[in-house]
Amino acid sequence: MTGTDSDTSASMYTGTGEAHAHAPLSYRFLTAVWVGLMVLTAVTVGVARVDLGYFNVLVALGVASCKALLVIFFFMHLKYENLLIKGMVLTAFVILAIAIGLTFVDIGYRY
Amino acid sequence: MAEHTAMPPGTTGPVHHKDYHAAKMGMWLFLFTEILLFGGLFLLYASYRAKFPMAFHAGGASLDVFLGGLNTVVLITSSLTVALSITALRRGEITRCLWLLAFTVACAGGFMVNKAIEWGAKFHHGLVPGSEHMAGLPQGQSIFYGLYFAMTGLHGVHVVIGASVLLWVMLLIRQGKVTGADYVVLENAGLYWHIVDLVWIYLFPLFYLIS
Amino acid sequence: MDHTDESGRNTGGRGFLEPFGKGGVRSWIFSTDHKRIGLLYLSLILLMFAVATVLGLIIKLKLMTPGSTLLSPQQYNAMFTLHGVIMIFLVVIPSIPASFGNIFLPLHIGANDVSFPRLNNFSWWLYVIGALLALTSIFTGDGAPDTGWTFYVPFSERTTTNVSVAVIAVFILGFSSILTGLNFITTVHRLRAPGMTWRKLPLFVWSLYATGWIQVLATPILGITALLIFAERVLLLGLFDSTKGGDPLLYQHLFWIYSHPAVYIMILPAMGVISEIIPVFARKPIFGYNMIAFSSLAIAFAGSLVWAHHMFTSGMSDTAVLVFSFLTFVVAIPSAIKVFNWLSTLYQGSISLDPPLLYALGFIFMFSIGGLTGLVLGAAGTDIHVHDTYFVVAHFHYVIFGGTGLGMFAAMHYWFPKVFGRMYDHGRAAWSFWLILIGMNVLYFPMFIMGMQGMPRRYYDYLPQYAPMQMVSTWGSWFLAAGLILMFWNLYRGSRYGPLATRNPWGGATLEWTLPTPLPHEAFHHDPEAPEPYDYKGVNPDG
Repeated sequence: MTGTDSDTSASMYTGTGEAHAHAPLSYRFLTAVWVGLMVLTAVTVGVARVDLGYFNVLVALGVASCKALLVIFFFMHLKYENLLIKGMVLTAFVILAIAIGLTFVDIGYRY
Repeated sequence: MAEHTAMPPGTTGPVHHKDYHAAKMGMWLFLFTEILLFGGLFLLYASYRAKFPMAFHAGGASLDVFLGGLNTVVLITSSLTVALSITALRRGEITRCLWLLAFTVACAGGFMVNKAIEWGAKFHHGLVPGSEHMAGLPQGQSIFYGLYFAMTGLHGVHVVIGASVLLWVMLLIRQGKVTGADYVVLENAGLYWHIVDLVWIYLFPLFYLIS
Repeated sequence: MDHTDESGRNTGGRGFLEPFGKGGVRSWIFSTDHKRIGLLYLSLILLMFAVATVLGLIIKLKLMTPGSTLLSPQQYNAMFTLHGVIMIFLVVIPSIPASFGNIFLPLHIGANDVSFPRLNNFSWWLYVIGALLALTSIFTGDGAPDTGWTFYVPFSERTTTNVSVAVIAVFILGFSSILTGLNFITTVHRLRAPGMTWRKLPLFVWSLYATGWIQVLATPILGITALLIFAERVLLLGLFDSTKGGDPLLYQHLFWIYSHPAVYIMILPAMGVISEIIPVFARKPIFGYNMIAFSSLAIAFAGSLVWAHHMFTSGMSDTAVLVFSFLTFVVAIPSAIKVFNWLSTLYQGSISLDPPLLYALGFIFMFSIGGLTGLVLGAAGTDIHVHDTYFVVAHFHYVIFGGTGLGMFAAMHYWFPKVFGRMYDHGRAAWSFWLILIGMNVLYFPMFIMGMQGMPRRYYDYLPQYAPMQMVSTWGSWFLAAGLILMFWNLYRGSRYGPLATRNPWGGATLEWTLPTPLPHEAFHHDPEAPEPYDYKGVNPDG
């Protein structure tokens, strides 16, 4: 059987992944991503010590999301996946956001 | 995750090869289920935080930022070494790949030891789910600790599962069943490990920093 | 091995049912063949259906007369809980996707199997383990669960009955369902034959694809909800305990975030079956292919926006009542699109009233009543009046039994000759259909009226004013039971002694009808040409 997904680049399967995959990410690049993650961790711990009131929450979640994006796009190679996988990942997060968001339509007006 | 079609003997037909893209897609779909599994708990966290902001502040202040931060460093580093191990395997550097994976598993062990110390301290202070001490806490605080145990506990289970999977993949690499040309099993195991890291990236600020 | 002669004529072989290798039970329960796994699912699902139907009949028998008869209140509570848990998690959720989806999704797209055959077998084993655990929960511990299938807190945290085992069973069954959905999504993306573009996919495949997404994205929430009930009971976390500041309504939110989309897991595949059957028996291309395909995805998405309409009287905020009531009306649109498209397909068609079409028409009739009464429940104003009454029970059974159930029976009659290589008796099939249809309506319609008059659901006893209609409703259950027995007996006889079926007895244009009857072990020796799935020019029923 051959896959004929118009939205993926695959045509024929081979026994390996070699034919499809991009070149492996270099040690240097991955380590740079790790340095970025470490810096962001330091930032978020540092900012937490300053009282910004409500903004503490936003900053903490914002930094966490930056770290999450680094992990997803580079460690998990999402940047190098086709549009289909990217769309699927987005769908999953949108559904989670809907679930939490619509719950707040209740509790936001009740608590 | 790569699968072969088992065909009844004696039949001929197109030979199925491993479908690299299908294996990856299947793994991502599975990761979505993990995200939404934790998502239910994040929903509870968000709701109860909205209900008890002060209790959550107090609860967060009682957690040890140093231990939490240390575990963050450990997990992110282990995520790096998994990512590096894929590069190593694809470059044919089997020994280096195995050492990187061994380091990752060691990190997982370190994480769990650290977590045990942390939980042990909480238990020592009488913060045991269902205990009278926890029931006697001000409104919202017992919810905070309940969520803390539920979320870090479920995460801990995932750390153990992820480390076990990595150990299994190490075995496959040693046996030559996972190679630089056919590495999707390692890549998928790595994806799982990164999700474990990803969940922690959110748990850390939500429990330790927002106080 | 295929027992077909060169022209592919059925000569009485048993196709993929024929033993191969060492044969025996192991060649079934460890099979990675999608057709065998489909049949494994089908047989267990029907077994569970029989068990839960008997429970339902006992409930109706108890309710035939007021007062304390037949069952104790505790037994009654356990009965409706088990009826619900078994029917929902072991029968209706897996029903069509796990059985007919497994068998025909790969064939519809020109593939020889799903993307992950071993995972497919594993998901069946999870189903077996979940089923065994669910049955274990009845006979062990301090009595069968008595919470209703919704496991609402605080009762589910406090009851001494065996809820802990039951929720673990639900968790495992959830993962079985997830793996099926994951497998189908990947299969549709990766294993379509050359030329099988998205616009050439049979609508059954579209519906399974949409269902797969709900399975993957909604079921984990059920998983965590079940785990939380377990943790609340065993680890005493107290997350929903209002004495500690917990909010029981958050449990209801979590539960329905899964369980509302879950009703679309139940109904979408049935809609897919109906979309296959209607054009074949009207000998006309399906009307509005694009809209039907699109509405499957729209239902899957919109279905995730409406869960809190189960909670209008729970005390949640009025804003939420308003928002969720509005969103509920939105989800009615794609469902209605499908119904109108089916009717338009039938219009001026050359209709042959064979059993599969009868069941499909029964689906449209019952689903329309169920869907429209769903709007009565979705409108906050009227829901306040009929919430938690028999009206809800009637609505639900019209949609799920009248919809998914009849859809499943339609699929059984449609694909029966292709799977078993023999044909059942058409006359008896029609008789059983009418018995089932009349039985369902006599059973469930009085419940609409009783619900409007205020009869609460799940009550052990009732006021004398409801006695006549309760009696009628119980009579209906007997008609229904008679119809079901006749139908299964007819199908069983057909599979053993029926006349040999031809390759394409109905004149379908989808790929499975180009294959030998019964289905061979391996479907395609080379990639098939992708047909226009609803173009009947030159395609005729043979034999």
